[in-house]
Amino acid sequence: MEDTVLKLGKYEFNSRLFVGTGKYQTFDIMKEALEASGAEVITVAVRRANIGGKPGESLLDYIDKDKYTILPNTAGCYSADEAVRTALLAREMGISDLIKLEVLGDRNTLLPDPVGTLKATETLVKEGFTVLVYTSDDPIIAKRLEDAGATSVMPAGAPIGSGQGILNPNNIRIILETLSVPIIVDAGVGTASDVTVAMELGCEGVLLNTGIAQAKDPVKMARAMKLACESGRLAYLSGRIPKKLYANASSPEKDF
Amino acid sequence: MQINVNGEKKECPTGSSLSKLLESLDIDKRYVAVELNHKIVPRIQFSEKRLQENDSLEIVTFVGGG
Repeated sequence: MEDTVLKLGKYEFNSRLFVGTGKYQTFDIMKEALEASGAEVITVAVRRANIGGKPGESLLDYIDKDKYTILPNTAGCYSADEAVRTALLAREMGISDLIKLEVLGDRNTLLPDPVGTLKATETLVKEGFTVLVYTSDDPIIAKRLEDAGATSVMPAGAPIGSGQGILNPNNIRIILETLSVPIIVDAGVGTASDVTVAMELGCEGVLLNTGIAQAKDPVKMARAMKLACESGRLAYLSGRIPKKLYANASSPEKDF
Repeated sequence: MQINVNGEKKECPTGSSLSKLLESLDIDKRYVAVELNHKIVPRIQFSEKRLQENDSLEIVTFVGGG
């Protein structure tokens, strides 16, 4: 079935699976997993450069920048100001004006601070960023983030790195019905079926990291996630049958 | 002279450029962004930017993340 491309501002993608680069055992495994995932967008974090030590290998040496679009994040930021500063530094790296905005509220849950997230979204939109914003699955704040100019709103399926899947599909459905920007489920994905669930609901994409990076075989899991994403998307586009309480025979009534 | 780099005190020759400092710290200039006294230094100014005593630098790069 023909699918349209995923448009995020001036960017267009064929793959709807976005993957992170954190928590891999080696850069080589990461590189292979990225390849197997079919992802075109990969996330990275901004941190202090290692000084005075031996110059380590750079993550970016393992990423073909002609092939992948780099999506820097503001992970680890607990205030709007911190997130804006991180985004400005990320853009100064000269690789992209995309930003995956995270303003966290709490270290145990890693749930977003809705007030800080909204404030930072407003500022970064004004600064000309293409803002993809991580949020909870609350439809009200999701709408506020869209109104503030976010290019994509990215509700968590479950807490970051928890692998619990899509905990509240009803909220994701309400977000999908209420907002018109692309909705990308970001965080909480544990296995392939979680990705499929998100895509079957009608999400435009899924962003995940731990589910691949910490699997026993990250490269195989990356392929599983790719297939799950395509599968869920196809099922969504195909229009599933409604759920019914009673049986409905597949074979005609017996007539002899 | 003494400067502060990523929270650590460092010695560097007086009048040193930012470029020279990055080289002396073995930092790959392709993949960094720099704040000097809390203000971003555009990449094209790395070679002309002169450092002064007690300057505070924050040098960041991309690392793995989700």
